Amino acid sequence: MPGKLKVKIVAGRHLPVMDRASDLTDAFVEVKFGNTTFKTDVYLKSLNPQWNSEWFKFEVDDEDLQDEPLQITVLDHDTYSANDAIGKVYIDIDPLLYSEAATVISGWFPIYDTIHGIRGEINVIVKVDLFNDLNRFRQSSCGVKFFCTTSIPKCYRAVIIHGFVEELVVNEDPEYQWIDRIRTPRASNEARQRLISLMSGELQRKIGLKVLEMRGNAVVGYLQCFDLEGESGLVVRAIGTACTLDKLSSPAAFLPACNSPCKEMKEIPFNEDPNPNTHSSGPSTPLKNQTYSFSPSKSYSRQSSSSDTDLSLTPKTGMGSGSAGKEGGPFKALLRQQTQSALEQRGGSPHRFCKRREFPFFTLTAFPPGFLVHVGGVVSARSVKLLDRIHNPAFVGIMGNTRSYKLLDWNSFNADEPETRDAWWAEIRQEIKSHAKALGCHAVVGYSESTSICEEVCILSASGTAAVLNPRFLQDGTVEGCLEQRLEENLPVGCGFCHIPYDELNMPFPAHLTYCYNCRKQKVPDVLFTTIDLPTDATVIGKGCLIQARLCRLKKKAQAEANATAISNLLPFMEYEVHTQLMNKLKLKGMNALFGLRIQITVGENMLMGLASATGVYLAALPTPGGIQIAGKTPNDSSYEQHISHMQKKINDTIAKNKELYEINPPETSEEVIGSPIPEPRQRSRLLRSQSESSDEVIELDLSHGKKDAFVLEIDDTDAMEDVHSLLTDVPPPSGFYSCNTEIMPGINNWTSEIQMFTSVRVIRLSSLNLTNQALNKNFNDLCENLLKSLYFKLRSMIPCCLCHVNFTVSLPEDELIQVTVTAVAITFDKNQALQTTKTHIEKSLQRASTDNEELLQFPLELCSDSLPSHPFPPAKEHLESASSNSGIPAAQRAVTVEKASPMGEGNFRNRSAPPCANSTVGVVKMTPLSFIPGAKITKYLGIINMFFIRETTSLREEGGVSGFLHAFIAEVFAMVRAHVAALGGNAVVSYIMKQCVFMENPNKNQAQCLINVSGDAVVFVRESDLEVASTQQAAATCQPLCTGGEVTT
Amino acid sequence: MTSELDIFVGNTTLIDEDVYRLWLDGYSVSDAVALRVRSGILEQTGATAAVLQSDTMDHYRTFHMLERLLHAPPKLLHQLIFQIPPSRQALLIERYYAFDEAFVREVLGKKLSKGTKKDLDDISTKTGITLKSCRRQFDNFKRVFKVVEEMRGSLVDNIQQHFLLSDRLSRDYAAIVFFANNRFETGKKKLQYLSFGDFAFCAELMIQNWTLGAVDSQVDDMDVDLDKEFLQDLKELKVLVADKDLLDLHKSVVCTALRGKLSVFSEMEANFKNLSRGLVNVAAKLIHNKDVRDLFVDLVEKFVEPCRSDHWPLSDVRLFLNQYSASVHSLDGFRHQALWDRYMGTLRGCLLRLYHD
Repeated sequence: MPGKLKVKIVAGRHLPVMDRASDLTDAFVEVKFGNTTFKTDVYLKSLNPQWNSEWFKFEVDDEDLQDEPLQITVLDHDTYSANDAIGKVYIDIDPLLYSEAATVISGWFPIYDTIHGIRGEINVIVKVDLFNDLNRFRQSSCGVKFFCTTSIPKCYRAVIIHGFVEELVVNEDPEYQWIDRIRTPRASNEARQRLISLMSGELQRKIGLKVLEMRGNAVVGYLQCFDLEGESGLVVRAIGTACTLDKLSSPAAFLPACNSPCKEMKEIPFNEDPNPNTHSSGPSTPLKNQTYSFSPSKSYSRQSSSSDTDLSLTPKTGMGSGSAGKEGGPFKALLRQQTQSALEQRGGSPHRFCKRREFPFFTLTAFPPGFLVHVGGVVSARSVKLLDRIHNPAFVGIMGNTRSYKLLDWNSFNADEPETRDAWWAEIRQEIKSHAKALGCHAVVGYSESTSICEEVCILSASGTAAVLNPRFLQDGTVEGCLEQRLEENLPVGCGFCHIPYDELNMPFPAHLTYCYNCRKQKVPDVLFTTIDLPTDATVIGKGCLIQARLCRLKKKAQAEANATAISNLLPFMEYEVHTQLMNKLKLKGMNALFGLRIQITVGENMLMGLASATGVYLAALPTPGGIQIAGKTPNDSSYEQHISHMQKKINDTIAKNKELYEINPPETSEEVIGSPIPEPRQRSRLLRSQSESSDEVIELDLSHGKKDAFVLEIDDTDAMEDVHSLLTDVPPPSGFYSCNTEIMPGINNWTSEIQMFTSVRVIRLSSLNLTNQALNKNFNDLCENLLKSLYFKLRSMIPCCLCHVNFTVSLPEDELIQVTVTAVAITFDKNQALQTTKTHIEKSLQRASTDNEELLQFPLELCSDSLPSHPFPPAKEHLESASSNSGIPAAQRAVTVEKASPMGEGNFRNRSAPPCANSTVGVVKMTPLSFIPGAKITKYLGIINMFFIRETTSLREEGGVSGFLHAFIAEVFAMVRAHVAALGGNAVVSYIMKQCVFMENPNKNQAQCLINVSGDAVVFVRESDLEVASTQQAAATCQPLCTGGEVTT
Repeated sequence: MTSELDIFVGNTTLIDEDVYRLWLDGYSVSDAVALRVRSGILEQTGATAAVLQSDTMDHYRTFHMLERLLHAPPKLLHQLIFQIPPSRQALLIERYYAFDEAFVREVLGKKLSKGTKKDLDDISTKTGITLKSCRRQFDNFKRVFKVVEEMRGSLVDNIQQHFLLSDRLSRDYAAIVFFANNRFETGKKKLQYLSFGDFAFCAELMIQNWTLGAVDSQVDDMDVDLDKEFLQDLKELKVLVADKDLLDLHKSVVCTALRGKLSVFSEMEANFKNLSRGLVNVAAKLIHNKDVRDLFVDLVEKFVEPCRSDHWPLSDVRLFLNQYSASVHSLDGFRHQALWDRYMGTLRGCLLRLYHD
């Protein structure tokens, strides 16, 4: 019996009127965990019931604690008929399972109904007591921390970065079960929400087990996705990077060694229970059959299975004692050995650890200094698959790929086994790995995976950046002396990562190399594409900007294999064109590198859409890009010539204008010094792609336009003309606005604290008549451009500001519908860039913001995540660390105590006739897709937020049409995320991402349905200004009004 | 290509004050877009009409969703769906409950019933305020009225507490509620020259002095209803004009005190008895509900108009009213000094406010 979950239902407010006669509600609450249910009393005739229940106690396995959500249902009591459900709250108790995160969940949660949306709020307190469990066969992985953040979280230090972890879980989708024909939409939605919650919990637990096995204690860059495969089921998959993290300078009293994976008895003792005697009395009676499963081999009531289940049964040596980072010398040696073997050769060794290391992938996009040695370029792989139906092996068929057929042979009789999906992904990862190898790289960073599903066709995509890493970090980052050596290797800081990792004489593709413009010693390519964030030590000239390539291709409607073939045939062309567009737009901006590149290919019934977003910058180490020249095919026509020259002038003007706009003024370099080895400039590609329909061997599509001079755009037909036009139609953002899709904007580093995260969704209907590729492209382009224009207009009051982490997602919900979803954060910055010295604290918080080399040396504040022993200013570092920990941690604790008190004090507060407006309202919770909060320091990570909601309506018109429906739903999702964060005692969500927004409508039936999946890290942050005050007054233990998110008072 | 769906949701709800005003003024989206275009916003920002249309739609949708909460402002403060900074919340509430002078003058003193609501069409045509805006304002009046009507304690405080309005606006609403409850006639032609401010001023004085709450703060409805006992007693004042000796004495005391101080002394002397009769008779009649309703009509007819026709300057009116109320204390035969002060103190204030062109 490893854990006891305690729940108290305090009160409700703003409940809906359930009884028309009295205009009131007789509400009561059911609290359910696993198979156990408790009930509160019925609170008669009130819209603001005060249940103030006893503590409901659930004695459960920690495995269940990880998998199951706490389910709270608010109902209206009805004497004569069935009780009506008002709504539900699902609470993920995972954050309570690791010792450093939240100790209590307490606050007002919106009561959510999938048909009616939010209907009032309920105040709940949840605690968990965990017991030590020495069961070596245990299935749980309590204690492993999860972070969505794709860098080493602030206030942690990476001891070891172990590498890639992945897992997937498959189940039948309740929406497609036969029972769905007879149950209500509400029941169906709730079944789905609950199932996905369970599957996420299970997935996380399994990933956690793998991490423990690797001797890590955390997963960073955790990305979990759902594939709604329709009839063939529901796949929940996750990837992440296993790490061993150390909390920075944490007083031992507060933070028991975080690298100890064993479960610690929580600090909340039982006697904290205000009425310890009530648990046997009172009206609350456990309902149904309580089952306490002690068996390690638990049987699940649900039907789900996962890959690699054998791993969890592997006996672990030394489990539960000591820390992985410090003990086990031979083990470490083994790790080193296997790491190297994995990184340097293909992981073909029979040893199981090496098997684990099969994929040297990292989902991180930003790294501790010194981690990234060289960057090769973007590697990506796509594969078209047919989703097979359950119990219908005849239907199974995968596009002309011999390897895939082999896989089918293994699985054709139970196609729904996760092994199929696993094998699909393994295949793609293998391709990525070989691409990286072709680029002379042993690792892939900034790695991500995605799918696009339409009917039974599924495109699996993976991409990342091939890189050479400093192997020492992969074992033990604290190794002394390695740094000097490394620094000698890449003495010129700020350009090292640009240097080519591959052999100059044996290049994987035709490339134009020059000596690095920074150090003049090593060779660099002329253009660099990557999926990672700009490294902190990169030297950038001017500012960056968002660059997008947009593309549509019509495709014939087809069934099954014919359809998959058609898609497979189109994909290479799409990739090629997307790449060309990106390259041209980059040149038009006068820049030479792309960061954060994300290419999304979406499949629809009758078209394919490609959308690539990246942040263009001018890297000082790379050569100045040449211009774009236009050449006509019919040189005799004089009017045509004139037209061409006119276009040429326009392009040249645009380049000049952009250079001015983005402040790109590279120092003049004398060409003879550089000594270009290849005379004529050519367009280079860092992009390697392949399709799985291609044979086993990796086919590298040469994207360098063959022998053609790549700077020249040939206008040989109207299509090309269109292309040139579309190049010029991209309007730069209005003055005062910048945009990028990376964490921060190169060239801006004096952010102010005002941030505004937003989601914008647009759906357009294409006129179905004579759709051509051109018209389609234009529509899509206009859609994206107009969306951006709208954003600039809406946020005009924030000028000067930058849209950061602009994340576009395209989907094709129906034949003629295109849906674009954008999530981003607008951050204001101080126009006066000269304030850098007085604003050091801002830069501190924005460690990764400093793009300037000199600045980095001055404020090497990567210290939260780095392990650099030879720090230029070690005393400053010490100072800051101690300041943060001493002030931050008590503050966080204070927030928790405030919160504990608040629900009780509720009643008093109400009765007191406080003056209007003076009574404090809901605490502010910030949300941002970035990993940091400008002008603030994150003092504590409270746990991962991973929520899935379904909303459905049968009265679409009454709710304001599709826009009104979705607007309200997204606002509700934000509200529920904020409420959960506040209940954990946090005041912000970082690395927030809306992973899915699936919208379906049927206006004729007045119906619509939407599924949204969001995730992020709940944190406590302290304003830099408060922090300074606190650090000077810490001895006095002053009360400081921070963590407003914790206050959930009325 | 048509836009099926177009939304923007911020973690902090964006409120555009200009669009909010247009929405409150009851303009349709297309009218609002046209008005925004006219304001020159496209030139300032370089946006297109389509962008403006989308932006306006978005704001309208947000306001529509907020409206439900604005009906009970404390809900706006405690709800979790829209994260709005407190200063913005206050602005939203204050603007929502703000009303047009032209509108309130039409409705002031009328019963806030369905019948009146039906007349909103006419009011809209007459005032040029959109019907939508008229409805909002009328519903606001009615909502506030319903909530505070039966409540104990200070009317202004109650309004402030339940609707989180500024002090200024709460006072205005107190006046509206007070007028609606007592059904004071304000629409007569001869009252047209009076502003809402004039009436609100009088209402405040009357609430302070003539209601139950003025004497006992623990009674129900204390601020909304006039003190019936007080109104009963007022007929005792009749002696001041009924008793000829007392009236003469009163006149002589006032005239002696004001001789040489008024520019309109002779007119005053000639009119004294008429004016005094008018004022005392108003008091004596207040026992009847019908006459309470006509209070302002009577005051204007019996006092303001005669004085105005003789071109009394305001300073003289003030001197006269001060002297007129004060000199009653020196009338030996008069026993209702306290009653007189309660009546005349308020009336003097009202009359001075009402006395203008």
